[in-house]
Amino acid sequence: MFPPLPNPPTQTTAPKFGPADLMRRSASTVTPPAQRQTEVAKLIDISKCIGCKACQVACNEWNELTPPIGDNFGVYQNPSDLLPDQWTLMRFTEWDNPQTGNLEWLIRKDGCMHCEDPGCLKACPAPGAIVQYTNGIVDFISENCIGCGYCVKGCPFNIPRISKTTHKAKKCTLCSDRVAVGQGPACAKACPTQAIVFGTKDDMKKWASGRVDDLKSRGFANAGLYDPAGVGGTHVMYVLPHADQPQLYANLPADPKIDPLVGVWKGKGKVAGLGAMALAVLAGVLHYLKNGPEVATEEDERKAKSLVDGAV
Amino acid sequence: MNQQFSRRQFLGAAGIGTAGTALGALGFGDAEVALAQAVRPYRLASTTETRNTCTYCSVACGILIFSKGDVHKGDKADILHIEGDADHPTNRGTLCPKGSGLLGFVKSPNRLVEPRIRKPGSDKFEPVSWEVALDRVARLLKDDRDKNFLATNKDGVTVNRWTSTAFLAASATSNETATVTYKVVRSMGALVFDNQARV
Amino acid sequence: MTNAWTDIKNTDLVVIMGGNAAEAHPCGFKWVTEAKATRGAKLVVVDPRFTRSAAVADYYAPIRQGTDIAFLFGVINYCMQNNKVQWEYLKSFTNAAFLVNDGFGWADGLFTGYDETKRDYDRSTWSYQIGPDGYALVDETLQNPRCVWNLLKEHVAKYTPEMVERICGTPKDKFLKIAAMIAETSSPTKAMTSMYALGWTQHSKGSQNIRTMAMLQLILGNIGIRGGGMNALRGHSNIQGLTDLGLMSNLIPGYLNIPKETEATFDAYMSTRAYKPLRPNQISYWQNYKKFFVSFMKSMWGDAATAENNWAYDYLPKLDVPDYDVLRAFDMAFNGKMNGYVMQGFNPLQAFPNKAKLAAGLSKLKFLVVIDPLETETARFWENHGPHNPADTKAIQTEVIQLPSTCFAEDEGSLVNSGRWLQWHWAAAAPPGKAMSDIWIMAQLHKRLKALYEKEGGALPDPIVKLKWPYANPDDPTPDEIAREMNGYTLSAQYDPKDATKMTLDKGKQLPGFAALKDDGSTACFCWIYSGCYTEAGNMMARRDNTDKDNVGLFPNWSYSWPANRRILYNRASADLNGKSWDASRKLIEWDGAKWSGYDVPDMLPTAKPQDVGPFIMNAEGTSRLFTLGMMREGPFPSHYEPFESPVANVIAPKIRGNPVARVFPNDLAQMANTGDAEYPYAATTYRLTEHFHYWTKNVYQNAVAQPEFFVEISEQLAKEKGVQHGGWVRVWSKRGSVNAKAVVTKRIKPLVCDGKAIHVVGIPIHWGFVGLTKPGYPANTLTPFVGDANTQTPEFKAFLVNIEAIAAPTA
Repeated sequence: MFPPLPNPPTQTTAPKFGPADLMRRSASTVTPPAQRQTEVAKLIDISKCIGCKACQVACNEWNELTPPIGDNFGVYQNPSDLLPDQWTLMRFTEWDNPQTGNLEWLIRKDGCMHCEDPGCLKACPAPGAIVQYTNGIVDFISENCIGCGYCVKGCPFNIPRISKTTHKAKKCTLCSDRVAVGQGPACAKACPTQAIVFGTKDDMKKWASGRVDDLKSRGFANAGLYDPAGVGGTHVMYVLPHADQPQLYANLPADPKIDPLVGVWKGKGKVAGLGAMALAVLAGVLHYLKNGPEVATEEDERKAKSLVDGAV
Repeated sequence: MNQQFSRRQFLGAAGIGTAGTALGALGFGDAEVALAQAVRPYRLASTTETRNTCTYCSVACGILIFSKGDVHKGDKADILHIEGDADHPTNRGTLCPKGSGLLGFVKSPNRLVEPRIRKPGSDKFEPVSWEVALDRVARLLKDDRDKNFLATNKDGVTVNRWTSTAFLAASATSNETATVTYKVVRSMGALVFDNQARV
Repeated sequence: MTNAWTDIKNTDLVVIMGGNAAEAHPCGFKWVTEAKATRGAKLVVVDPRFTRSAAVADYYAPIRQGTDIAFLFGVINYCMQNNKVQWEYLKSFTNAAFLVNDGFGWADGLFTGYDETKRDYDRSTWSYQIGPDGYALVDETLQNPRCVWNLLKEHVAKYTPEMVERICGTPKDKFLKIAAMIAETSSPTKAMTSMYALGWTQHSKGSQNIRTMAMLQLILGNIGIRGGGMNALRGHSNIQGLTDLGLMSNLIPGYLNIPKETEATFDAYMSTRAYKPLRPNQISYWQNYKKFFVSFMKSMWGDAATAENNWAYDYLPKLDVPDYDVLRAFDMAFNGKMNGYVMQGFNPLQAFPNKAKLAAGLSKLKFLVVIDPLETETARFWENHGPHNPADTKAIQTEVIQLPSTCFAEDEGSLVNSGRWLQWHWAAAAPPGKAMSDIWIMAQLHKRLKALYEKEGGALPDPIVKLKWPYANPDDPTPDEIAREMNGYTLSAQYDPKDATKMTLDKGKQLPGFAALKDDGSTACFCWIYSGCYTEAGNMMARRDNTDKDNVGLFPNWSYSWPANRRILYNRASADLNGKSWDASRKLIEWDGAKWSGYDVPDMLPTAKPQDVGPFIMNAEGTSRLFTLGMMREGPFPSHYEPFESPVANVIAPKIRGNPVARVFPNDLAQMANTGDAEYPYAATTYRLTEHFHYWTKNVYQNAVAQPEFFVEISEQLAKEKGVQHGGWVRVWSKRGSVNAKAVVTKRIKPLVCDGKAIHVVGIPIHWGFVGLTKPGYPANTLTPFVGDANTQTPEFKAFLVNIEAIAAPTA
């Protein structure tokens, strides 16, 4: 058994990371600290997941999220999608394995992957609305968010959601408040079968390799770890019984990459890119001032693209 | 003996394998004062922790209840958060979707907060005092028992039974509640007595 | 559970059949995933639906609901045919070698002695051959054709793989694969655990489902060992405790019995409870029955229970029927024979079968008292909620009194988990509003009744006014005081039986355990099996030392496990006849030449020699029973019976409908569909979802979010046949009621072929009603039949017949 996450302290505890540990800050330049904190990661082992939604409820309870009580729409998945107030979601896929003839019920906990190379942060035009700590956590700072929705476009996993009431982008924080006092995320603490474990990224990789061996011994020849290189690796990783076909798991991208648009747009060291970034920020701010916060529309995207195209 | 707060963490348990270091080795930097824009302030600072057991199923997971105020010191105590107890041998801190939502049971808008009576034919409950409610129940029980208690059967055998009022006991109540319930119900000679284990 | 949740990590094979542990007990299921991950254990799931347990199983096979006995007898037959038997265990620890009365037999689905008019048996032939010394005759070579083993062999021979497929709809190859996996655990170094719950109990032959698996486990040598056992997952957090404490019509705490009216005197009552051993040297622990009984009566009535008045035997009510269970109670109410109902933390309008009948019964009561922390449908049965509760409010003359009680977070005390651990918990907050604890409420009722009887007199006041009430504040007993009472205490000083001058325990002291109980009135003990839970050393249930020597998974110093802090029942059976572990890596207790010692508390006296005393100390044989004499109403062996509502006739005995000894009330039979009824062609079953707990969590916001709306599940094939859209609306109806629901169309339910006929399964989760934060919906018991298991009266919620059609979305 992986060591259980500890019980929460009740004394006042100073956070173990903060602004001094920023590695990246949206639409800003930061000087990362000389010493990077040990990278953390959450490992989600699909082969142990029973789809019980304890993670969903624990997440909502800890983060005080109250999504609306919806409808059944013909599947076990509820709510029907990630929401500004539903940061993690079990997605259920029924798959007849053509090789074995067996039905497999593939259940994947969806939520922010905390990419090492975060597309949301790179796309974000609002200074300090998205930050990345040196331990790998990508966090949204709502006070700085302008609700423009570029983070949604920048995310290769389609994770952030913009609240229609507060006009802020929302997503999983990896329970940065819990991690800051030496605990793990609420979902990992709750997970009944340890399908979710949390620790250092190195430990998670080691643990995953043991799990992959077990799966291979049970006939899952293509079992493997999902830590996609296209986004520099992630701080939420999956153990997949069919790692050769990640898309089986409710369209988990086989090779996620930041939209090249964002790459060009925000690419470091490129003068044109920097210029485009400044313009994009300006466009974002102007848009905000004119129309108030809302999700980026196709129109916005076209505008941004034309700006970039123009710069290139 | 009430080792409510004694702890023995499972963190160092054997059989961990390669990833045994877990959080201990995360090597967090020195503590920094959090700025407003950084991570959310930790919610459980200066709360009271109470050990309890999940009320739902019979796995009986250990839980921790975090409250503002301490009921054992006479506070009303407001419960802020509930999560699994990592020291518990069975659940090791984990909870299922029901257990993870326990706070919502305690705080449910459908909790009952006052005795009420619905009169025959009425379309509503009306609040009453405990005195009125309990006096009424005792009166109804006694009248029915006195009227229908069977001291002997047709063969003259002493049977001392009462079968015209029935009792149902719960199964999430404590053994101590069950013991008192048994004593009170059985002392009346009640035989129509059952509990949730039936279904 | 014979074992504990934490012990499941020691298993090699988990069989989930008659349950759905991943969904209903996720944190217990953790130990299944642990066994898989750390010791390569395999998980097999057999269920009509591909459940979330099946999602992580190594092997899944479908089965038609209500045919488990045929499947399991098929496995027993397979083990016998393929010499997959733990022979030494079988010969030493079961009654396989016992010789059975020559008059006993089986034909056409019935054992000897059946009386159709009584729907009952004359069980006189269901017995052993007894020798001149008074002991049962045995043939340890298992050659005698009348020995239990050979009779069983003959009885199960018809359950071939082909017959299993014909009855259960389980494809033969899948059955054989599972049979082979199970059979491997006949090795003394392999263990299998059976994890079951309502999927086995909620049938008209539920007890026999469980017995059949217990027999298989005994044949494989999997009882009493680490990683083995019969593990009833159980339901509510203290369902085990409420059962132990006997809150049932016919029980006294600790599985003693309320007398029947045929037992007119105490002597008559005790005469059938001698429990003389059936083999030499056996303990037959029920011989101590009188000690438990007298100590209970002293706990109830103190000084008013004396030797002269037979320990107040007359204060106990005497039964005229086997049981006043809830089905009988609601049938009485339905027939106008019940005036009042007092319900504590219970929602029967949702929880018992045939909602229309229940509502009619409640409407005929004069008064209903509901004690609960939450709003319930039952308390509001008189309220009209349109199609979800079409009550005629004005016409209902029932007075309803609703009393608010505390919940777990606001009270203190002990709960018993499925593994028999008594765990103490502490209050964290004051109750909301005017809510009060159940203990206070019951104490207040008693106080008032006592005062009324003292003032007015009335029917037999003595048992009420003389009820022992030894609490510092009679208005509000503390959980601590009551826990001490459960454990028991001395009423006078106790002396060493070998040295009458040596006092062992002073008057008024907590008893160290049930071995100290007396039948002379000098000890009081409310529940003998709990004795030891609160001793002079303190509240053992509050212990929180989670050390586990050598990581065996027993945690002996965590809380308290009844009986006697024993963590695995029948642990003597973990060792061979010489007292050596069958499997050294699974050591529990071993004989060192002078005594038993090890990780667990032995079943018997530590000095009882291994060749002498059998592990099953409660049984007069000292062994377990493959042949169970007259203890089960259907017969000494199980037999396959169809559900009362079945899509096919019983292949083994075509003339028999349902369980031939199940009690059926006349008006209910008329409300049951016929076998193979064309009006009700589909095999329905009800179940729980992991997101909800019964009818409670629909009041909890986050659980309402996670599973908001009533639905039913059907296969893609049935959906196509009926024109049902994925996520569309359907109407489902039985002969008792009709519901509208969303349709979940799924690959996880597939049509089965039984006896040549395609059978469609309709799955119906139970969690919705007209009260709650979830969308208003219909409870599944709108549809279910009013019939119970022949032994326990647990309703047949798992197998019945319905019809289904696509409908337009309701407008309301």
